[in-house]
Amino acid sequence: MNPMPQILEIEDLQTHFYTRQGIAKAVCGVSFHVSEGEILGVVGESGSGKSVTALSILRLVPFPGKIVSGEIRLKGQNLFDLTPSDMRQIRGDRISMIFQEPMISLNPAFTIGDQLIEALRVHRKISRREARDRAVEMLGQVDISNPEMRLEDYPHQLSGGMRQRVMIAEALLLNPNVLLADEPTTALDVTVQAQVLDVMYRLTQDMGTAIVLITHNLGLVAESADRVVVMYAGRVVEEGTVTDIFQDALHPYTQGLLKSIPIPGHSLGRQREELYEMKGMIPSLQRLPEGCSFHPRCSFVKEICSQTPPPRKEMGPMHFTQCWLYS
Amino acid sequence: MAIKRLLINKMGLIGALIILAIVLTAIFAPLIATHEPLKIDMLHQVELPSDQFWFGTDEYGRDIYSRVIYGSRITLYISILSVAVATLFGVLIGAVSGYFGGWIDTIVMRLMDAVMSFPAILLAIGIMAVLGGNLNNVVIALGFVYIPRFARIVRGSVLSLKGKEFVEAALATGKGDFYIIFRHILPNCMAPLIVQITASLAYAILAESALSFLGLGAPPPAPSWGNILSDARNFMLDNVWMTVFPGIAITLTVLGFNLLGDALRDVLDPRLR
Repeated sequence: MNPMPQILEIEDLQTHFYTRQGIAKAVCGVSFHVSEGEILGVVGESGSGKSVTALSILRLVPFPGKIVSGEIRLKGQNLFDLTPSDMRQIRGDRISMIFQEPMISLNPAFTIGDQLIEALRVHRKISRREARDRAVEMLGQVDISNPEMRLEDYPHQLSGGMRQRVMIAEALLLNPNVLLADEPTTALDVTVQAQVLDVMYRLTQDMGTAIVLITHNLGLVAESADRVVVMYAGRVVEEGTVTDIFQDALHPYTQGLLKSIPIPGHSLGRQREELYEMKGMIPSLQRLPEGCSFHPRCSFVKEICSQTPPPRKEMGPMHFTQCWLYS
Repeated sequence: MAIKRLLINKMGLIGALIILAIVLTAIFAPLIATHEPLKIDMLHQVELPSDQFWFGTDEYGRDIYSRVIYGSRITLYISILSVAVATLFGVLIGAVSGYFGGWIDTIVMRLMDAVMSFPAILLAIGIMAVLGGNLNNVVIALGFVYIPRFARIVRGSVLSLKGKEFVEAALATGKGDFYIIFRHILPNCMAPLIVQITASLAYAILAESALSFLGLGAPPPAPSWGNILSDARNFMLDNVWMTVFPGIAITLTVLGFNLLGDALRDVLDPRLR
């Protein structure tokens, strides 16, 4: 694969939550990059820091969270250097985001037309008429039939899949460079998921928009992503191309994740085989274990694992992991 | 659509009709009244209801019917304006406080608690004593007293709404805080707000009557319903009608606003939309 120019670079991002129980290091030292037009899958269990990473990119970490250090560069420009109002210019225009719950991501008090038109006019000085035309065009592109009529509908009049497609339309109205998709299909029926993803991939491909696909669904990533970042307890434990990750997983956590995928029909016909279960739980972010955060659950644990965090090591072209097994 | 559903609701329809009738009465008072509301007629003091004086007369021979009719103007003026003042400030305070939270919220809400800890009518009496008896001062006093109710309700709604994903989505599309408060959050608070407005209109009418009755409301010759009642107090045992009619007027108006408010609460419930 040809390396494309990097559009978004995240370097040593630290986002901590200052709770009463102590400091929760939701993201501690995450680095990865996204190239122009590529689909980057970010996978990990709940609580591994995937969503907080996405919110950090937009500088919208909710209270009591705070971005402590690191850099996030969009086309070389460090987003943390921008003023709040410059940052607002970036949000929705250069980097947009779609959320897990399409049911509640649209404002129930306005028609979807109003919301699309408004989203355009916040960033571009265009007339209502022009904005409306663009909204209609965009709704058509996300396969919504009768877009002219649908413009007058309220969110509750649409199905879940339609709402998520409206969200995609809204997110892509302004041809952003990067689309952050945080579990975009988790709340949808399996049958609708494919349809929604299809629309999302087709449009971003046409526009050259890169996607950061945050999910715990490995199947989704295997099917569509170019590269994958595996996160555990606020750290990137492995990064590589889809083939690297699915054929040649190095980190014990990634291996465990892959073994935990149920294979349909697996237990039929053949001898019933139990689904692999990774022992233990993701650690509390306030009390991360010393050394490698994964060591209490790891079956290959060595002495050093509980003392020093492993360094990032390049194992092949664009294939990185953080594990003492390889150092 | 909301209006249609309101009119299908029987209680709502009755409430709306009562309020409509009172508003029309206030607008067309000169046409409906039979006498000058302030005209003193010493030949007809404290009379019982008759052909000439439908509701009887008071101690200065003024026609109570005409005074009650004109009184609707004062009552509506005070209740609507004071609730408007309370709504304006209450919504602003509540929205900012709920949205930004933190120390702003703590300070503002403790202030609101302090205002609320006084019985409303007592606080209004205190304010009137300081400001002096004047129609607009009644508006200020009642408006001030009702601010915390609106602030509390709006703050509560804003708190629950600001965590919603559509607000997060709005932030993610690069909209500013005040834009989000006014365009995204407040329109979703309308249902509880409208109900509170109608209920407060009813309270304001009662409070204005009480203030007038105590001599702290609209200055005496003005025919506010509280004043009419207050004037009638000394003659209640001789001529009970003097108190009955203004009393009915107050009751009807309050009933109208309450019925309308209850119906609006049902109609505006987003779960039924």
